[in-house]
Amino acid sequence: MSSNKKIIRKKDFSLLQRLYLPEIFRGLFTTFLQMFKPKITYQYPEERFHPPASFRGRPVLVEEQGVERCVACGLCSRVCPALAIEVQASETELEKERYPVKFEINMVRCIFCGFCEEVCPEEAIVMSNEFELAFSSQEEAIFGKDKLLTPAEKLKERLEFLKQHR
Amino acid sequence: MIPFWVTLLKIGTVVGVLMTAAALVTFLERRISAFIQNRIGPNRVGPQGIFQILADVVKLVMKEDIVPKAANKTVHDIAPMISISVALCTFAVIPFGNIIELFGYQIKLLVADVNIGILFILAMTSMGVYGVSLAGWSSNNKYSLLGGLRSSAQLISYELAMGLSVIGVLMVAESLRLDQIVLHQTRYLGGWFPAWNMFVQPLGFVIFFVAAFAETNRLPFDLPEAEPELVGGYHTEYSGMKFGLFMFSEYINMITSSALITTLFLGGWHIPFSENWAVSPIALSLLQVLAFCIKVSLVVLFFIIVRWTIPRFRYDQLMNLGWKVLLPLALVNVLGTGLAILLIPYIS
Ligand code: SF4
Ligand code: SF4
Repeated sequence: MSSNKKIIRKKDFSLLQRLYLPEIFRGLFTTFLQMFKPKITYQYPEERFHPPASFRGRPVLVEEQGVERCVACGLCSRVCPALAIEVQASETELEKERYPVKFEINMVRCIFCGFCEEVCPEEAIVMSNEFELAFSSQEEAIFGKDKLLTPAEKLKERLEFLKQHR
Repeated sequence: MIPFWVTLLKIGTVVGVLMTAAALVTFLERRISAFIQNRIGPNRVGPQGIFQILADVVKLVMKEDIVPKAANKTVHDIAPMISISVALCTFAVIPFGNIIELFGYQIKLLVADVNIGILFILAMTSMGVYGVSLAGWSSNNKYSLLGGLRSSAQLISYELAMGLSVIGVLMVAESLRLDQIVLHQTRYLGGWFPAWNMFVQPLGFVIFFVAAFAETNRLPFDLPEAEPELVGGYHTEYSGMKFGLFMFSEYINMITSSALITTLFLGGWHIPFSENWAVSPIALSLLQVLAFCIKVSLVVLFFIIVRWTIPRFRYDQLMNLGWKVLLPLALVNVLGTGLAILLIPYIS
């Protein structure tokens, strides 16, 4: 869409406006008043930001009754633009027949795009609301199943959100 | 005769207070800008974050000093020193209080009692631009060089107006001595209205104030270091304490300019109607020093709020303002003041 809106530049300033100083003082007064407005800062470690359901935090695997939903189809790994996911499939006695023996997300690579969540046929990988990610080594940043598995109850908000908006 | 050690004491006090004040102003600037932008600003180190200053100084000292390979090392080292020494020198002639009686001496509360006070200040502040342009040139970096050039071009376009706006004050006070100028402002117009030059010379006051912003390289005239265009301007290639010196001299310049505005236009250390107060002379002198400090702080606060309100001028706009607006206005002011001085005796 091209912007063919006409730009209107005011040419006929009044004398008072052209004197410049009164307008400056009006601006100064505005900024001065701003100083007494409530602050929007979170005092971070003490005060935390609780993201809404639409927030894309680190991707996690949904766990139901102690088992992950994932069927190791490998779609997420295929779609991931940052090549952050590695899945290794194996057979299981459960109804879903397949499960990932190894599921790793390299959190240094992940760009939080949410494609993995979008593509997953089982709704097995979703974006959580966790955003505090800091590592001191590359190895630490590779999250295995132990760190990724999250009980479905904890992800209720996000799962609800996905149901509504997909 | 005032002994040598008194002068030394005065120098020590002034430099110490000036340095501390500059550090405090850096902190204030950060807090106030934060408040204006609905943030909180540094508040972790010490009560309300006041020790952030110390943390910053430690950080700057510990940092590696990087000199670009193609830079002229000697000049690169000298430039910040010029800036800081000029900034510190300027304050020497500013009277921060009236004559005080201590240890049996009559001590004038200013470091160097020179008879060309205001000329000395104008000369010194123009020297400051050497630091900036040398820094820009020696860094051997396009952005730095542009910053340095802008600084010198900016100097000529506002310095004239600034000098001319002061002439009005000099004509009224009939002296170049800053203490005389202040004394002259302790009169009362019509017996009750303080004859501060702000009211006697309103036009000169405005011109000087605007020029002072350009002189201290502060927004809206901070073209030598316009971040969006010039990375960091003349101090792009500076790191560690050398950068710190530039920062410090900028803030010291700001305080000095505020002090100068206070001295020339806001009545210096004068407290209106304090003549008939029943306090001992020493207490009055100290109160006057306090009054001076308060006035300077208010001007500094004004400087800070302006920085976070008005956007940066474009380069040609600054030139236009300097040559086409401020300079003619300053000339008109000189003319008007001259006429008034000539005519008022006849009328009354
Ligand atoms: S959020 Fe995007 S980058 Fe991160 S693992 Fe999923 S698909 Fe890959
Ligand atoms: S998380 Fe979903 S997309 Fe990825 S392998 Fe498992 S089932 Fe397939």
